[in-house]
Amino acid sequence: MNHETMMQVENLKVHFDVSSEGDMLWTKRKKLQAVNGVSFELKSGETLGIVGESGCGKSTLARAIISMVPAETGRVLWFGKDLLALNKTEMRKHRKEIQMIFQDPLASLNPRMTIGEIIAEPLKTHYPKTSKADIKARVGDVMNKVGLLENLINRYPHEFSGGQCQRIGIARALILKPKLIICDEPVSALDVSIQAQVINLLMDLQKEMGLTLIFIAHDLSIVKHISTKIMVLYMGNIVELAKSEDIYNHPRHPYTQALISAVPIPDPKIEKNKDLILIEGDLPSPINPPSGCVFRTRCKKAQDICSQEKPELKKAASSHEVACHFND
Amino acid sequence: MSLLEVNNLQVQFETTDGIVSAVNNVSFSLEEGKILAIVGESGSGKSQTVFAMMGLLDQNGHATGSVKFEDQEILNLSISELNLIRSEKIAIIFQDPMTSLNPYMKVSAQMAEVLIHHKGLSKTDAIKQSISMLDAVQIPDARNLIRMYPHEFSGGMRQRVMIAMSLLCHPKLLIADEPTTALDVTVQAQIMHLLSDIQKEFGTSIILITHDLGVVAGNSDETLVMYGGQVMEIATTELIYASPTHPYTQGLMSAVPRLDDNAVKLKTIQGNPPDAMLDPVGCPFSPRCKFSKDICSTHTPELLETGENKHFRACHVAFKELL
Amino acid sequence: MIVANKNKIKDMAENLSDSGPGRSLWKDARMRFMQNKAATLSLFVLLVIVAFSFIGSHFAVWSYERIDWNAVGSAAKVGMPSIETGHYFGTDDLGRDIYSRVIQGTQISLMVGILGATVAVVVGTLYGATSGYLGGRTDQIMMRIVDILMSIPYMFVLILLLVVFGRSIIMLFVGIGLLSWLDMSRIVRGQTLNLKNKEFIEAAQAIGVSDYKIIMRHIVPNLLGIVAVYATLLVPGIILAESFISFLGLGVQEPLTSWGALIKEGSNTIMYDTEWQLLFPLAFFVVSLFCFYFIGDGLRDALDPKGR
Ligand SMILES: Nc1ncnc2c1ncn2[C@@H]1O[C@H](COP(=O)(O)OP(=O)(O)O)[C@@H](O)[C@H]1O
Ligand SMILES: Nc1ncnc2c1ncn2[C@@H]1O[C@H](COP(=O)(O)OP(=O)(O)O)[C@@H](O)[C@H]1O
Ligand code: SF4
Ligand code: SF4
Ligand SMILES: [Mg+2]
Ligand SMILES: [Mg+2]
Repeated sequence: MNHETMMQVENLKVHFDVSSEGDMLWTKRKKLQAVNGVSFELKSGETLGIVGESGCGKSTLARAIISMVPAETGRVLWFGKDLLALNKTEMRKHRKEIQMIFQDPLASLNPRMTIGEIIAEPLKTHYPKTSKADIKARVGDVMNKVGLLENLINRYPHEFSGGQCQRIGIARALILKPKLIICDEPVSALDVSIQAQVINLLMDLQKEMGLTLIFIAHDLSIVKHISTKIMVLYMGNIVELAKSEDIYNHPRHPYTQALISAVPIPDPKIEKNKDLILIEGDLPSPINPPSGCVFRTRCKKAQDICSQEKPELKKAASSHEVACHFND
Repeated sequence: MSLLEVNNLQVQFETTDGIVSAVNNVSFSLEEGKILAIVGESGSGKSQTVFAMMGLLDQNGHATGSVKFEDQEILNLSISELNLIRSEKIAIIFQDPMTSLNPYMKVSAQMAEVLIHHKGLSKTDAIKQSISMLDAVQIPDARNLIRMYPHEFSGGMRQRVMIAMSLLCHPKLLIADEPTTALDVTVQAQIMHLLSDIQKEFGTSIILITHDLGVVAGNSDETLVMYGGQVMEIATTELIYASPTHPYTQGLMSAVPRLDDNAVKLKTIQGNPPDAMLDPVGCPFSPRCKFSKDICSTHTPELLETGENKHFRACHVAFKELL
Repeated sequence: MIVANKNKIKDMAENLSDSGPGRSLWKDARMRFMQNKAATLSLFVLLVIVAFSFIGSHFAVWSYERIDWNAVGSAAKVGMPSIETGHYFGTDDLGRDIYSRVIQGTQISLMVGILGATVAVVVGTLYGATSGYLGGRTDQIMMRIVDILMSIPYMFVLILLLVVFGRSIIMLFVGIGLLSWLDMSRIVRGQTLNLKNKEFIEAAQAIGVSDYKIIMRHIVPNLLGIVAVYATLLVPGIILAESFISFLGLGVQEPLTSWGALIKEGSNTIMYDTEWQLLFPLAFFVVSLFCFYFIGDGLRDALDPKGR
């Protein structure tokens, strides 16, 4: 496989205007910076894992990449073409190349449509002239691929278990043979034994179809298992970006270190003797984030400079980027 | 003498589709000062097991069997007797603390109420004790924060408040039903750390319900694995992780990706977890079990002690044959 | 290797009683509705009433306009319900046949109710879905307009309309319908907001489905349940409103009539021992209203099962 650059995201920023109680039509809204200057590069065939606590902006980042929430600034270069500069119609053409899988398997399927209709929707949307027989054949094909029996085609989502619903979601994402699939917490809502099935399925499909994946999860063990590269997000900022094994073996950012230490390992011998790095306190309010380094309110290494200057995401080793004033 | 002894606990629900057996013949015991973890996938009957003990089943459910707490039978007690036990001997915390906190009352009032009602303290004393309990669960600036409403706390803080509240009357047994499932890992680590501190400091026994094998590993003395409403295996946590002897336990252990492991491929358990069990026959795991034999789908395996001390498993196939 | 394990999945599939068509939510709902005795019975009774209003006139001896001169002025003595005279429900003081008048009143009242509800449902659904789907400032402004309209006393405006533009059925149901879409639009907007945040809408957006198709394929079908429930509850409300207006004497004009108008006439003459003039129209009115309410309730339970 050639590892050409597929996507380059440059300084992507997204904010939401949030209203609070008692706001009037004319009240100026507060600004919530959900994604704050994210830059990264994605090569064909890679799997980029994105981890971070809930509310750190993982989903928003994913949605901004495919223009489902408007970005404030930044560029998303898709094979050199800036997706954010496209209008709706032009963007629609590219949607078939980038597909998405969602967290809640059942909620991501329209309860009033049959499985067949759901899986065929991308095909009908982008190739409205496809014949009925063709559609049926293609749907049957992907259903097989994800391990669903073809004769379930006329059933409705509520007749399936969570794991099966997620397979349906995957089938829908695959039918157009996309180049990139963005998976937003695809296994978080599933039981442990089903998680493993879905992860294996995704990895097999990736190998077979040469897919590139962006895999979002809050569970670092899963992300590490599936990803080649991991991005650690904290309050909308990348704090560390490195190869999967480097993140685990040599975490450089204090937050990554704490995160790794907090992930429980299913082995009592390791777990009971581990030196836990506890992070004190809670996430600060995203509406007025700390000055300087966003992590400083909970960082044990914080110094004066941390509150005055925001650390840039800098190269600390080859293909290992960290945003911390004291990263070694 | 064990603090808690559960024998042949059975929970059934009457539904329009028929009788649903949520818990079948569950037996276990818990020593004073120990932490027992109950693991299993969603719908395996973990919550209903403890709800039955506490008399918290839904209207359409009923429990049979025996639950002895300090040698006293507590299953199906009257509401007034249960209330006494619930508040002073056994406390329970849930995944979503808001289910047991009143959103319209300040935390101070809710905590004080417990003490005034059960301990007969004066209001000032009650508040004072509440504050020291909030301090004990490491809520910063408890003196001021106690005057806030529950929704003004973050998820992790709310769980701390809930824990503090459940500890007010120094219960002997604390049941934690998925206390960290809704929380981030860093906060989960804080809460689990807190629970094990509590166990050490107050000598409280804990039943920890979770689906996360990692959480179990670091925070329990004994582990009970449930599937389809039945106990699959019970053993000390060390033993069950070092050498799981039940096909389901084995499958579960190898299905979780480990942070410290570089396995290329996860081992999976095929198929899907069972739906509500109408009329269970045989081993509930048999449709998914690699080792399943004919007898497995017709006869329910009994929970039997293996050679080792206090290690129980329910499987028709001997451990040696699984290797 | 891709297919995790065909045999096990096959087992699952067989549990689902193999291929064949699936159980759609509508089918489920129909089954639950049929299990509700009160609702099914009400639906039956209502259908009988509707059928009666269409075929009942074939059995009438007297048309609703013909006057039985025998009964004029002496309805209490001559105009009582009787098979022989052909006045099955009796006559009124003007010698008109109550049986025929009730049939006609039923037609008019049901028509006003159903057409009014249709206007309300169509306008309310479109307005509410648009407002909810577009969101933001547009939504806020559209909803403030509804708030303002709602604060205007509804009966007062309707009466004013009827006085200014003259009494006519069209005016009546357009007026009632246009005013009762307000609640509908709010309900639909709330539901749309709810749906808009569902992941399947997001999934459709990510696929590149156009806004129009999203509304038609994903939002509207999921709104139909609540719209159907609300519409069945709206019909009796509108019938009541029309009856009230007619009771005030501002409703339909003679020789046409409606339940409200008949009840008014009947109650005016109740002291002359002609209770049938009130009881027959009242019975139809009350039974129909109950039916609508029971059906609405049944629909709500059927379409909104707690578990799913
Ligand atoms: N539509 C929205 N309006 C306002 N705030 C939002 C919206 N979507 C997300 N947010 C906020 O943006 C932040 C990032 O959210 P999200 O990307 O969903 O986080 P994650 O996926 O990492 O859990 C959160 O603080 C969240 O509250
Ligand atoms: N009120 C109820 N009526 C019918 N079935 C119920 C009821 N409550 C729980 N159940 C069933 O009991 C089973 C076990 O549930 P539970 O103990 O809550 O599982 P978990 O292990 O996830 O805590 C489930 O299959 C569920 O469907
Ligand atoms: S920049 Fe300072 S506060 Fe931020 S992570 Fe590094 S040491 Fe901690
Ligand atoms: S009893 Fe049979 S089906 Fe059940 S776990 Fe043992 S071998 Fe498998
Ligand atoms: Mg998210
Ligand atoms: Mg539970």
